[in-house]
This record gives sequence, C-alpha cells and structure tokens, in this order.
Amino acid sequence: MASADTTPVLELSGIGKEFGAIRALHDVDMHVHPGEVVGLMGDNGAGKSTLVKIIAGNFRPSHGEIRFGGSAVHFNRPIDARGVGIEVVYQDLALADNLTAAANVFLGRELKRKFGPIALLDHKAMASRALELFGELRSETRPDDLVKQMSGGQRQAVAIARTRLSNARLVMMDEPTAAISVRQVEQVLGLIHRLKEQGVAVMLISHRMPDVFAVCDRVIVMRRGEKRADKPIHETSPEEVTALITGAKEAA
Amino acid sequence: MAMPLESPITFSNVSKVKWWRRGIFASQTGYVLLALLVLMVVMHFASPYFFTEGNMQNVAKNFSFIAIATLGITFVIITGGIDLSVGSMMCFSAMITSMVMVELSAPGLAFVHLAADGKTVVANVPGLIFVISVLAGLCAALIVGLVNGFCIAVLGLSPFVTTLGMLSIVRGLAYVVSNGRGSFPGGPDADYFYALTSGDVLGVPAPFIYLMILAAVMAVVLHHTSFGRHVFALGGNEKAAELTGIPVVRVKIEVYVICALAAGLQGIIISGWLGSAPANMATSYELNVIAAAVIGGANLAGGIGGPLGAIVGCVLLEVIRNGLVLAQVNSYWQQTLVGVIIILAVLVDRIRSRMT
Repeated sequence: MASADTTPVLELSGIGKEFGAIRALHDVDMHVHPGEVVGLMGDNGAGKSTLVKIIAGNFRPSHGEIRFGGSAVHFNRPIDARGVGIEVVYQDLALADNLTAAANVFLGRELKRKFGPIALLDHKAMASRALELFGELRSETRPDDLVKQMSGGQRQAVAIARTRLSNARLVMMDEPTAAISVRQVEQVLGLIHRLKEQGVAVMLISHRMPDVFAVCDRVIVMRRGEKRADKPIHETSPEEVTALITGAKEAA
Repeated sequence: MAMPLESPITFSNVSKVKWWRRGIFASQTGYVLLALLVLMVVMHFASPYFFTEGNMQNVAKNFSFIAIATLGITFVIITGGIDLSVGSMMCFSAMITSMVMVELSAPGLAFVHLAADGKTVVANVPGLIFVISVLAGLCAALIVGLVNGFCIAVLGLSPFVTTLGMLSIVRGLAYVVSNGRGSFPGGPDADYFYALTSGDVLGVPAPFIYLMILAAVMAVVLHHTSFGRHVFALGGNEKAAELTGIPVVRVKIEVYVICALAAGLQGIIISGWLGSAPANMATSYELNVIAAAVIGGANLAGGIGGPLGAIVGCVLLEVIRNGLVLAQVNSYWQQTLVGVIIILAVLVDRIRSRMT
C-alpha cells in the first residue's frame, strides 16, 4: 500500500518534547501514507502516548514540525487536529453508555432540522447514516440499541464509526484490543482493514504483538523517547520487535 | 422504533432487544408508574372519597407544588449533579417577588396613582407591577443558578458542597432582606398574582397547567435537541462528552440555571397559594424534591431521568400522603413511608438490572 510517490498524510520531523527537566521525546521523524496501517510499539514510558498526544493536539511539541497532507500544521487544542482530519479512538472509547449507538456516533455533531427558530434533532437521518457506517465496517450494530447493551467489538465499531463520520484521514487507535475477547479482537482487526480499504491511514498503538503483525504494514518501535526502528512488517519478526522494545537490541 | 430503511447489514447473531426490555418498560419510571396505578386502585376501594372531583383537584394542586422544581432538578440529576439549594431558592424568589410587588405598589412611584377617594391605590398599567415583580424573583433565581453553575463547572467544586453552601447562603439572604419576618404580596396587582398562582381554569388548578406545559417542553428539550442530548451524555460519561467536543462547562451552567429558575417559579407559585412568603417557607423541600425525582427513576449517578419520572414521583408522594389522611392513619407515618418507598424503588430497579 505504502508507496514513495504518494504524499504522506502525516509527516513528523525532529519532534521533541520536554516536560521541565524530563525529556519525553527526542528527535522523532516519521511519516504515514494514506491507506497504510502503522503499528506504534514500545514499553510503558517509551514515549508512545506523548507522541500520540502531540499528533492529536493535546500537547504542543517543544521542537520539530508536523506536516499534515503536505502542509505544516500547529495544533493548540484537540479540536484543531480533528478539524484537519485526525481522529483518535481512545482506549476507553469515550462512549456514553446511556445513549444509543447512533447518538454516540453523532455526539457533539448532531444532525438537526430547523423548525422556524428551533432546531430539533433529526433522529431518522442520524440512524440511517449510522447504519450505513456500521454497514461499511461490517459490524452487526443497531443504531438504536443502547451502548450499555453492546459487546466490546460493537463498542469499537461505534467509536470507529465516529471517526468515519468526519471523513478522517488519519485514525489513531490506542490499545483497541487490550480488554476484549478473542472473537472481538478479530472484529476489531477487521474494522482496521475496512479503514485501510477506504484509504484511511491508521496508527495502531498496541502491546499485543500478534495483532500488530496481523494488520500492520509497518512497525515503529519507541524506546526511551526515541524512535529505535521503523521497518516494513515483513522485514522483521516478533522476536526482533520484542528485543527492540526491551532494549536487548539497540536499534534496527 | 422501527428501522425506516433497507438494512445493509444482516444481523445473524445479534438479536434485537425485546420491546418489553426497552424504553419505559425496562425503566424504574415504568415500575413506579405501575405501582402508582395499583396504589390508586387500592385507594379507590379503601376510601370512596379518593376519586371524588374535589380530592383529585386537591391532589393535582398539591403535587404541582413540588413538581415544577422536580422537573428542574431532574436536569441537574441527569448530568450527575445535585442541587440542595432548591428549597431556599423557592423561599428567596417568592420573597423577592412579593417585596418588589409591595415596593412598586407604594404611592409616589410612577407605577401607581391614588383613586379619586384618596385611599385606593390603582395601577397605572394593570399587570405591569405583577410582571416586573415575577421577573425580579426569577432574576434572583437566575443569579443564584449562575453562581452555582460557575462554582461547579468553572471552579470545579463538588455540586454537593457548593449547593449545600448555597442552601445556607440563600436562606440567610431571605432572612436578611425580610428581617426574618417574611413578606406578603400586596398592591393593586395582587389579584392577578393570586389568580395566576392559586386560581384554576375550568376546575383545573393553574399550577397543574403550568406543570403540564413545562413537562412537555422539557420532554422535547431532553429528547429532541442537541442540548438535551448533551445533558444525557454528560451524565453518562463526562470525559467522553468533553473529548467529543461538547461544551461541558456551558451545559453544566445551563442545567443549574434551569434548576434554580424552576425552583424560583415554584416558590412564587407556592407563595401565591400560601398568601405570603415567610422566611422559613419551603424549608427542607429540597429533600422532597430530590426524593420525588429519585423515586420517579432519575439516577443520582447520572445519565437517566425525565419529566414523566419526575411527575410520577411527585404524584406517588402526594397520593401516599393523601391516602394516609383518607385512611385515617396517623399522618406522621407519611415521612417514614416515603423513606421506605425511596429505598424500595431503587432496590427494585437494582434487582431488575441484575436479572437482565
């Protein structure tokens, strides 16, 4: 999928971040192409989440430049990142349990119909659009079911459908397979394939080696705030990645 | 809700939730409504007076006296907050309203003139004093609501502590402005005031009419506007609400303002019925209001509640009170029974959610 002639959707160069005296990230370069699935791996404290938060607009980098779709961007708030087409699927999915699947997909960007000065929710349009999105993701999820009653895989589908709504160009998923059953992991990996088919770039942050090797085109390993490896998945092995994460192997 | 379109997905192993397990049938509000209907049938057999027109009017009037405030606090409870200042708020708004009414009715101001007999005070514009004084009462509520909302949403104080403080502050202010004596609505517009607060239309008590209108508006706001959706989202998962870009601070301030305004309006109505606004008016009403909301199915943990539940809770409390009187049971039992019902209602809901 990844080819040299397409413009990378996301390009980081020389990204660094200090929190006071602590250097969380140092000189990170990376790029992600449309339709590419990149695994971001590393132990706790390796700098993965800091990196994700910089891309998502939670933090501003101390050094370096972010280019999105070819042009330099500066995010002050997460909403700025979302504005250009970067969506994050959080580990706890950020769903409101007491609302329906459709309501969650459209949370904060509800479709409305105007009746004179009053704008009322357009339940029908939201349900049908949500159903379309679930269809694209091939997830058996009913728009008017409560999220409370759903399985882990369905919840993931709802969270991912939300990113499809805005036509995100880069979706970052934080540990999407950490707390769900084996069958649901299959579903989530399926969802990632659907995103890829539609030309969306995906960054998968995960501890689970089998999942990364099942869906990713490329793997990036972080250790002590630095990028230690950036390899196509078929040129590496779980053993090598483990060695890189733990520091048994310094760089590759 | 039927799916209005061709489904592009086939649901091979995800079955649709049965209708009796969804919506109102699976809610605490549904169970309590059922219990209420059973109780009313029992009351009918226990006392021939229960379903008389006079008694029904009485019940309708009495529960309306806390139900409007219950609608307001339901907004706050859905977001996962609480407002303990509603009782004090009722008193303060009523007091400001009647004091402003009396002040403006004093001869010498532009609002009134003396009639030819030199004694009777006549309004220059009939109804103007009434409107201004009610607006003044609601304005006081608005300010208290804004302060509550600011402390909770912007400063991040806990709703319980903030509104507990406000309970005391507002009650204290009510004593200060009236010097502890309370006040009485008076002047040329007092007749409008009494007609609109304790009067009735074709035998239906005015407070009951207001309640029905406000409940209908609330149902639309909660379920058919994005504000209502955000209120529910805030109670379901505040962090998610924030991450999805919902203006959390604004929504929170808005629900405390709505709650204070509802309590203020309720206080003004009660003072019309009492004929005065004593400084100890509506003391500890916040507990009745919260109890009614909780019995009706609003969840103090947030995310669940609605106007039907608020009203059902209030009616149940009133029917029990009324029933105990008709059945000639010592009315001191009322409070004990209310406590038992609060716990029972929540217990039944817990058992049901464990079973499914």
